[in-house]
Amino acid sequence: MELQTKNKTCAIVGASHAGANCAMELRKQGWEGAIVLIDADENLPYHRPPLSKAYLSLTDGGDFNPLFAAERYEEENITLALGVTVTAADATSKTLALSNGTSVKYDALVLATGASAFVPPIPGIETCSGVHVLRSAKDALAIQAGFKNAKDKNIVVIGGGYIGLETAASLQKMSGKVTVLECEERLLARVAPAALAHFFQELHTAKGVTIKTGVSAQDILQTKDGTTVTGTDGVTYPADLVLVGVGVRPNSVLAEKLGTTLENGIKVNEQLQTSVANVYAIGDVAQFYHPRYQKWMRLESVQNAVDQARAVAANILGIPTNYNALPWFWSDQYHIKLQMVGLSHGYTDLVVRKEDDKEDCFSIWYFKDDALLAVDAVNNGKAFVLGTKFIKNNTLVDKEKLADASIPFKPNTLIKYRTNVD
Amino acid sequence: MAKITYITKAGESLVYEATSGSLMELAVKNKVPGIDGDCGGVCSCATCHVHVAPAYYEKLGAPSEIEADMLEFDDNVNEYSRLCCQIPVTDAVDGITVAVAN
Repeated sequence: MELQTKNKTCAIVGASHAGANCAMELRKQGWEGAIVLIDADENLPYHRPPLSKAYLSLTDGGDFNPLFAAERYEEENITLALGVTVTAADATSKTLALSNGTSVKYDALVLATGASAFVPPIPGIETCSGVHVLRSAKDALAIQAGFKNAKDKNIVVIGGGYIGLETAASLQKMSGKVTVLECEERLLARVAPAALAHFFQELHTAKGVTIKTGVSAQDILQTKDGTTVTGTDGVTYPADLVLVGVGVRPNSVLAEKLGTTLENGIKVNEQLQTSVANVYAIGDVAQFYHPRYQKWMRLESVQNAVDQARAVAANILGIPTNYNALPWFWSDQYHIKLQMVGLSHGYTDLVVRKEDDKEDCFSIWYFKDDALLAVDAVNNGKAFVLGTKFIKNNTLVDKEKLADASIPFKPNTLIKYRTNVD
Repeated sequence: MAKITYITKAGESLVYEATSGSLMELAVKNKVPGIDGDCGGVCSCATCHVHVAPAYYEKLGAPSEIEADMLEFDDNVNEYSRLCCQIPVTDAVDGITVAVAN
């Protein structure tokens, strides 16, 4: 049954990919009442992925790529409260108090509060100058300015994950002298298999980035000559600029005030509802059960933010919609485009497929027994698109043929037979 | 100023004008159904697939290798397929018609 929404208010806290898309989707799907979109960031909501990529290469600020033009919010009658924080929240009276002195009485509340960069307790990390994280436009601007003013362009990146490596690539391209310290024995340890980590280590090394694996930052010191980072390898690295990219923590303070169940973020059911009535959570902050992978998880990605925004809008409008989207991700470093689809967690074997005729073009296919779980495609849009289809359709892939680069990369040569015809 | 016509899957013609950006951005701005542009225009998601009117296809120049690869196995691909995030709005595309593919 569709709801009567004319006199209702939906408040959305957090105006990045999840929150801004949620506002637009509510209108698109028929919400007639008020929509208030609240964020502490004063910029018009913008695309975040370019912050560690193209954006850092710009020399003078440059425009952030907005998710939607300012006029679009006016056209859709979405009230933007930017540069505004929620100072108090009460789930019983369904009221939010805002830092601009106003309050919002909501009928539905969407928490799209995202995550914050985790700052590990390394001595000196809070007090030394030139130490940055990268999460927001403001962070990117600070890094841009810091790099511009850096005397020797010595950069130390703490953490060899995607943020660290993308930033390393961007700053290296701008002639930065970059060292990456990764405490695990290899790069991308939490998120990629050894084969892919090895490829990225070789890539960065060939470009002139120094990669130190098995090395943690022990302390950060401010000397008269500038900041230095001392590693557990006993080496002291000069650093005009330090980037800390060691993961995030979900922003769940507001959820806590509202009394929702928390567990590695805000716990939601299959319709993205929290444990408190009329309160939903989406995006990086939401801990949900993924039926395809039969696992509780929190995903930090554009795809998850946008697809959950679409699903939550339907649920708020009274159209029950279970969230079950296939995850996908991408990362751009130098001339390499990495595209990933599915989640490889729990795989039993993998097949690496190299395309003989092209340099730096391969894909990694993860299987749990015969079921295809995930594909990582390096400069290989074909593998990404075909892998997506195969996973969606539960297609049985012939692993031997897949591994054989002399067999053409085409659906009819790779399919064993279909268990589920689309 | 370039005039762009989008033909939706339902067969409706939608006409918009712009001076900059990409055909994907113009479509998203105007809520053309079937053009999502989830990745923000970096050729990573294939949610902006269109068929370009044959008269204009050649004028656009060949798609990049990654774009061509993304299109090869996408649904409803044909010889005039493009990802419209990779088509900038310029005078050269004034009058172009593109049909939403998916």
